[in-house]
Amino acid sequence: MAKILVVTSGKGGVGKTTTSAAIGTGLAMRGYKTVIVDFDVGLRNLDLIMGCERRVVYDFVNVINGEASLNQALIKDKRIENLSILAASQTRDKDALTTEGVEKVLDELRQNFDYIVCDSPAGIEKGAYLAMYFADEAIVVTNPEVSSVRDSDRMLGLLASKSRRAEKGEESVKEHLLLTRYNPERVIKGEMLSVTDVEEILAIRLLGVIPESQAVLKASNQGIPVILDDISDAGQAYSDAVDRLLGKDVAHRFLEVQKKGLLQRFFGGRE
Amino acid sequence: MSQADLLDQDPVFQLKGSMLAVTILELVHNDLERLDRQLAEKVAQAPGLFQNTPLVLGLDKLPAVETAFDLTELMAVCRRHGLRTLAVRTAREQDVAAANALDLPILPPSGARERAIELAPAQSKPAAKPPEPARATSKIIRTPVRGGQQIYAAGGDLIVLAPVSAGAELLADGNIHVYGPLRGRALAGVKGDSAAAVFCQSLNAELVSIAGVYKVAEDLRRLPHWGKSVHVSLSDEMLNIHLL
Repeated sequence: MAKILVVTSGKGGVGKTTTSAAIGTGLAMRGYKTVIVDFDVGLRNLDLIMGCERRVVYDFVNVINGEASLNQALIKDKRIENLSILAASQTRDKDALTTEGVEKVLDELRQNFDYIVCDSPAGIEKGAYLAMYFADEAIVVTNPEVSSVRDSDRMLGLLASKSRRAEKGEESVKEHLLLTRYNPERVIKGEMLSVTDVEEILAIRLLGVIPESQAVLKASNQGIPVILDDISDAGQAYSDAVDRLLGKDVAHRFLEVQKKGLLQRFFGGRE
Repeated sequence: MSQADLLDQDPVFQLKGSMLAVTILELVHNDLERLDRQLAEKVAQAPGLFQNTPLVLGLDKLPAVETAFDLTELMAVCRRHGLRTLAVRTAREQDVAAANALDLPILPPSGARERAIELAPAQSKPAAKPPEPARATSKIIRTPVRGGQQIYAAGGDLIVLAPVSAGAELLADGNIHVYGPLRGRALAGVKGDSAAAVFCQSLNAELVSIAGVYKVAEDLRRLPHWGKSVHVSLSDEMLNIHLL
């Protein structure tokens, strides 16, 4: 049975699309047939992060409106065999999404994929609501700062009360916390919330901590999911998170300040 | 939860048990003409005797062999003399059927309370539930209460067995118990019960209120009780905070 995974946060700019791309790619690399669906209609970004923006012909809204078949709209990733992308429409707005339409497309995707990763837009309005409504599991992306934590908390409340599982009284949506842009040095200086602080406030299982890294920006601009950069700390942290998502017990890394080597100290290495 | 929902939970009725004295007309003979005449004589002696007097018709003293009679007619006779039928006391099948047809309540025969009246299944009515105990049941929440959520325990206590996030709101007509950190708002005794209290394992609340008397985080965090297990109560229009 296919699993629907939503990557959500409430707040914008915390790394939802980066996470969707990384987690989706990671699942596909481990042999699961995976599709990443961009729910951010009107502000489509996933295709850029995945580096397939030049191959978008039909999109999610076209499929909902019956203007294209799902096969026409799905974009196969050129690097990873099991990975597909369903882009959002750039010329429409969130009202183009309907509950019935989204349900129909997700049901069809369930037939052909093991994992459906829904990349939620920011906010708690229609786009974000429909992205999480059908979810079996949720990855709540949070930055270690108070407003992000508060918005994530709100989102967790919606998952517990407004999702289809909640409305039907089924087993609740499984919640995972992914802390991104984590900088242990700034935590020590008291400029950032620590992992423990965030875990205590949100009280959900920690899926992973992604360190603040230049590699993420570089990967985004090159259109390569950061998880494919397996030398970078962020790429490795995402890889660990995917393993934990699949039930493996992997120790958390990158929570402490990394000691700089002598040469790095001299030349101010920033990787 | 919106304001409308809060009003919706406001109980619109109360169930109460009560004893009341009522006139019973025990019929000994099935003779409506004689009954009419004798009632008229009684009313002539004391004109103010019956004035829309509530009445239970006792048919259980009628001889069992007596032929069936017209209940509608009997009620009409009583009505003419100022007696209004509330219910029928009977165990005879044909009378039960007639009373059911008129939608008239049936009482068991006197001194035979324990004997069940057998009714045709289609006509049976569910027995009235005993009134609820005066103390309403508490509402128990086992999952975290997140920012933006509002929970109201109407008529009783609210018990939360999980953290309450900043931006969440708890309301109760009675007490509020939080077995976890309380970071949101807690308003106990919202209908004005000044004996209500708030209990929590860790006081980090944005606001605590009892019967409308409140303190906000700005004041609370200056207290030595901040972050501790506390009991908040109201006396002389002042919030008292005690360590647990």
